[in-house]
Amino acid sequence: MKDMLMIIMAAVLANNYVLVRFLGICPFLGVSKKLDSAMGMSLAVVFVMVLATAATWPIQHLILDPLGIGYMQTTLFILVIAALVQMIEVFMKKSMPALHKSLGIYLPLITTNCAVLGVCVLNIDEGYSFVNSLLNSFGSGVGFLLAMFLFAGVRSKIETNEYPKPFQGVASTLVAASILSLSFMGFSGMIDNIFGGM
Amino acid sequence: MLEFIIPVAVVVAVGFVCAVLLTFIGNKFAVPVDETQILIRDCLPGANCGACGFAGCDDYAAALAADRSIAANKCIPGGEATIKGISAILGVDAEGSVPMTARVLCSGLCDLTKPEMDYQGLKSCAAVKQFFGGPGSCKYGCIGMGDCVAVCQYDAIEICKGLAKVDKDSCVGCGMCANACPQNIIEIVPKASRVSVACSSKDAGKAVRAVCEVGCIGCKLCEKECKFDAIHVVDNLAVIDAEKCKNCGLCAKVCPRKVIYVEPRPAKKPVPKADGPREVTRLEDPEGPKRAQA
Repeated sequence: MKDMLMIIMAAVLANNYVLVRFLGICPFLGVSKKLDSAMGMSLAVVFVMVLATAATWPIQHLILDPLGIGYMQTTLFILVIAALVQMIEVFMKKSMPALHKSLGIYLPLITTNCAVLGVCVLNIDEGYSFVNSLLNSFGSGVGFLLAMFLFAGVRSKIETNEYPKPFQGVASTLVAASILSLSFMGFSGMIDNIFGGM
Repeated sequence: MLEFIIPVAVVVAVGFVCAVLLTFIGNKFAVPVDETQILIRDCLPGANCGACGFAGCDDYAAALAADRSIAANKCIPGGEATIKGISAILGVDAEGSVPMTARVLCSGLCDLTKPEMDYQGLKSCAAVKQFFGGPGSCKYGCIGMGDCVAVCQYDAIEICKGLAKVDKDSCVGCGMCANACPQNIIEIVPKASRVSVACSSKDAGKAVRAVCEVGCIGCKLCEKECKFDAIHVVDNLAVIDAEKCKNCGLCAKVCPRKVIYVEPRPAKKPVPKADGPREVTRLEDPEGPKRAQA
């Protein structure tokens, strides 16, 4: 139980995918202009991360490892994740039109998202069990959501302010992102201190 | 040899399984889409401006395909070409659209009206209006912070000397600026109507004189001059009835404040022909409406 809590906390805060590991930066900068689209994107990421892990973990442990071809990991994972996302989209369109309307447009964007591939690969590297992998993916997704949520708020403030010309647009956004990232770096060590003492 | 075959075989196998699954799911969960809807959607400009009253181009196309009683001429940005296309698909007579344009009903340039306060804050008309109705001394006029500019998909409106100015050529009359304007001083009018009272102040003449050098004072000279009963002073403000107005410009001549404007006649070329192809090329421009990219 303590392990599981630790994994989730670490994934959300200390090892935040966007702000500490710097994965999934493109949607982080691209879709964070508006809060509702940021939330839609993040929810889709949580969803896809968990499903992708559920699909890739068995592949690694049942196909790649027994055959001793672990180096094919990246290729196969990309293939499987892309197919999976496509399937989800088709399935969603038919069965859950409302959800498809809100998440659908973000799903194809996630297909080639480095954060999704990253979480699958890191789950294997960390040697997590299947359940722990799913927890880690869920936590990572929530971490992504948290980062998007915070940054969408920051950006709405940035957009309405005046900056000197060199800082306008992407520059001020990147500066704000790095400051947010710095603040998340502060969480490193927190997990060990909290759970180490328990 | 085996170390080459195994990985290749695995990838091929996984790819094959994925392909089979995708095909199966694609067939099983295929959503039947009305072909008419797709055709109509191709006709629409894809600006998703909402001028038709639906949530976007897709929504309007779906509504048109599902319910033939919905008018096919609701797409204002698309203009004549779109309406003809949709009408042809649906097999109804093209009703034709009236090309519309936005018009700012205020003449309060910086040098003609005085600011009442020095506002330094959020650059948004809606935000400024919270502070005692805006920074200008006229509470009806253009605030000039550019809320209309921000929503325009066609770069057809700009702030010039503290007053919003519409570029008639670029404007498609979608009405997004009119909705965004907190002062409600932008109206959507037919492009053919050329006479306008560029003031929105409902203050009495004396109060208008005090704050603006050009505002309408409600003197009713125009009302007396008009031969078509098309202009009336309502609440101290001259209002033109576009249906009765014949664009003769007599009212503009007698206006002591010179706040009634008559735009020059459009070029001699027949308007629909000049508009048609130009609209189409512009809408096909990949950098056209900003929202289409987002």
